[in-house]
Amino acid sequence: MTPAVLYALTGLGLFVLGLYALIVHAHLLRKILAFNVMGSGVFLVLAGLAGRTASGIPDPVPHAMVITGIVVAVAATALALSLMLRVAGATGRARLPDEHER
Amino acid sequence: MTPMGFGARAGHLLLIALLAVIFGGLALAVLSLPSESPGLSAQVEAAMGETGVTHPVTAVLLDFRGYDTLLELVVLLLALAGVWSLAEGSPFADRRPGTMLDRLSRFYAPLMLLVAGYLLWAGSASPGGAFQAGAVLGAAGVVLTLTGWRLPVALAGWPLRLILVSGVSIFILVGLVAFFFGAVWLDYPLEWAGALILLIEAIASLAIGATLAALFLGGRPEAHP
Amino acid sequence: MDTAVWLQSGLTAPILLPLTGALLAFVMRRRATPIGLLSVVALLGAVILQVPSLFADGPQRLAIGGWGAPLGVDLYADGLSVAMLLMTAVVGLGISLYAAAYFRDTPARGQAFWPLWLLLLTALNALFLSADIFNLYVTLEILGLSAVALTAIAGGADALVGAMRYLLVSLLGSLAYLLGVALLYHAYGTVDIALLAERIAAEPATWAAMGLMSAGLMLKTALFPLHFWLPPAHASAAAPVSAALSALVVKGSFYLLVRLWIELFGEIAGGVATLLGLLGAAAVLWGSIQALIQTRLKLLIAYSTVAQIGYLFLAFPLAVGTGATAWSGALYLALSHALAKTAMFLVAGNLLRFGGHDRIADLDRVVQRLPLSMAAFALAGVSIMGLPPSGGFIGKWLLLEAALTEGRWGWAIVIILGGVLAATYVFKVVGYAFTQSENPHQAQPVPATMEWVAFALAVAAVLMGLIVSQPLIVLEIGNPFGIQAEVAVQ
Repeated sequence: MTPAVLYALTGLGLFVLGLYALIVHAHLLRKILAFNVMGSGVFLVLAGLAGRTASGIPDPVPHAMVITGIVVAVAATALALSLMLRVAGATGRARLPDEHER
Repeated sequence: MTPMGFGARAGHLLLIALLAVIFGGLALAVLSLPSESPGLSAQVEAAMGETGVTHPVTAVLLDFRGYDTLLELVVLLLALAGVWSLAEGSPFADRRPGTMLDRLSRFYAPLMLLVAGYLLWAGSASPGGAFQAGAVLGAAGVVLTLTGWRLPVALAGWPLRLILVSGVSIFILVGLVAFFFGAVWLDYPLEWAGALILLIEAIASLAIGATLAALFLGGRPEAHP
Repeated sequence: MDTAVWLQSGLTAPILLPLTGALLAFVMRRRATPIGLLSVVALLGAVILQVPSLFADGPQRLAIGGWGAPLGVDLYADGLSVAMLLMTAVVGLGISLYAAAYFRDTPARGQAFWPLWLLLLTALNALFLSADIFNLYVTLEILGLSAVALTAIAGGADALVGAMRYLLVSLLGSLAYLLGVALLYHAYGTVDIALLAERIAAEPATWAAMGLMSAGLMLKTALFPLHFWLPPAHASAAAPVSAALSALVVKGSFYLLVRLWIELFGEIAGGVATLLGLLGAAAVLWGSIQALIQTRLKLLIAYSTVAQIGYLFLAFPLAVGTGATAWSGALYLALSHALAKTAMFLVAGNLLRFGGHDRIADLDRVVQRLPLSMAAFALAGVSIMGLPPSGGFIGKWLLLEAALTEGRWGWAIVIILGGVLAATYVFKVVGYAFTQSENPHQAQPVPATMEWVAFALAVAAVLMGLIVSQPLIVLEIGNPFGIQAEVAVQ
């Protein structure tokens, strides 16, 4: 197994792990963190597989895409955290109302 | 955690099984990819001479896929517009720093400005660029914010908003300049490409830094209209 | 100006006009309303000017930055993209005029609304014009985040919780889509749709990408059973925002799914098309029944959206064999639904403003008191039910024709049954509008603009049933459904 594939499989693992956390945790902060774990997984797949070149110098295009993706993730996280604070302020709890206690 | 009932436990196991299947399918897809693949690296290398920069990731970000980067700046601005529509004022409004933080931040903040400037400059030839510089600037803003520093009230209205939109604006404007010389939108003339990219990056890093710091602060800085 | 500049401005103006408007509205907050209205009028003008050149020269491609795929990002406009742009501009203008009146008494909300709304329009137009699946990811994120922020503007606990759930769903959909993009890029070395279409093959990476991207987009389009987030978000938002979410935002992800399906996944999908159709059929029935049992008007309209989205997905199995007819039907339905659903949500906003509530049973003789609004609701209802003459009728008729020519009776029954159910829930509202309520209430005045805009959009939805050939000709420019082109190649 080449390092590139190892990175990509690790990325997939993070993606699925984040998805698990997103589903089972009710607290919104945990859900937002779960998204960030999932996002990191996707970025790892994107950047890791870029290393499969003959020269060993990675393909720069996916790296630029990852930078774009990170900025989008930062922006989305900021909005999500802000919204979470408002939800907590309005309902008294930082979770969605119909979620079961876990 | 409360103890789970039988139904909940079965559902939980089912979920884990389902996620395992998803992982397996995705892993199969990754393992089936050819073990060697150049991607677009050859095309990028061939076109590097026409970009005015020497670092390939910067060339992709600011030139080949500059449109993506423009939209990415829009996403940041949008997040801030969204955060500001949710709340005004900041949870850090009345924070008073300890002596340690106060002294250290006076030392750090100028240093961070210097680092941001270097990252911006270095970006054309080595890892770095507008986003890295903007992130450091944003962090400097966060440090200053934590020490109780605030933007003067006179600047917190439209002057601040002007800085926040400057990144997207300069991108559009530079793109339009090319447009009126008969070239395609966002096609920089070769002899100017390096300088134009640096101009975009310099202004964008300022806007990114300001946006990140404002996102950290939270609410809208000015009172109601 | 020479043709190259015309081409460029035609393709970039729908993105740059609302974007520039958003920046100006963000900086000059007190002028946000006129800036917003001006941008949307300019947008509609720019899109209309685009149509003749499309007829003359066929589909247009623009390599941004002069690089061209695979290195750069391309914009691409054919009849399908331009039809969606027109829909967005027309509905966008209606919603903008309504919003200008709606937010007059709450200027702080209005100032928050305009930049977000103009960015939402930017994102939709950029999405309809992009030929690059990574660039499309960024447009999807702008679309989702602006929609969420707009939902939250309403401010109450319902709206905030609805917005939060919407955000979680939207981010999950985007991430699944992005992982699919990553797999496709690493398998085929490009993110340009046209180049991918040449290189794509039936292999594990493609299947995985298809699953991820389709699931992500289905979630964003709120296809049953992934629709759970839509009714609370659409029903709790401010009226102009509800209209934008139901009429336009879900169409963005649906459009993208159709594009990907036709260009990339359709031929290797096999039974997945039938699965999408079955989910669509379930959505038609479940959404309609849920709409029928709602006691609040905005929730009824939101569940009606769930049902109408279901119709759009019937095209996936029906297109196998009948091709263009099924796709044209679904797209025609999407365009008419945008007009009719906007009208309905705007009427709901008028009733809320008028009576302070949207409980269906307590609608107090509103037919006499707000005749224009109720006429708009009834006309929009005609299109939603699919009665002639209306855009909804033409769309459903084309879908029915696609089903019947292939002798697929099951799909035909769903199409008709959904129409009957829609008639039931529309008449339920209209019925209560005639009667006196047991709880009469103090009425608030409704600005005339808010009534006329809703009425005009409802009339437009009906007119879509009378001017059928022109929209259909526009839809087929550049052969987006790829039917004759393949024959020609062979």
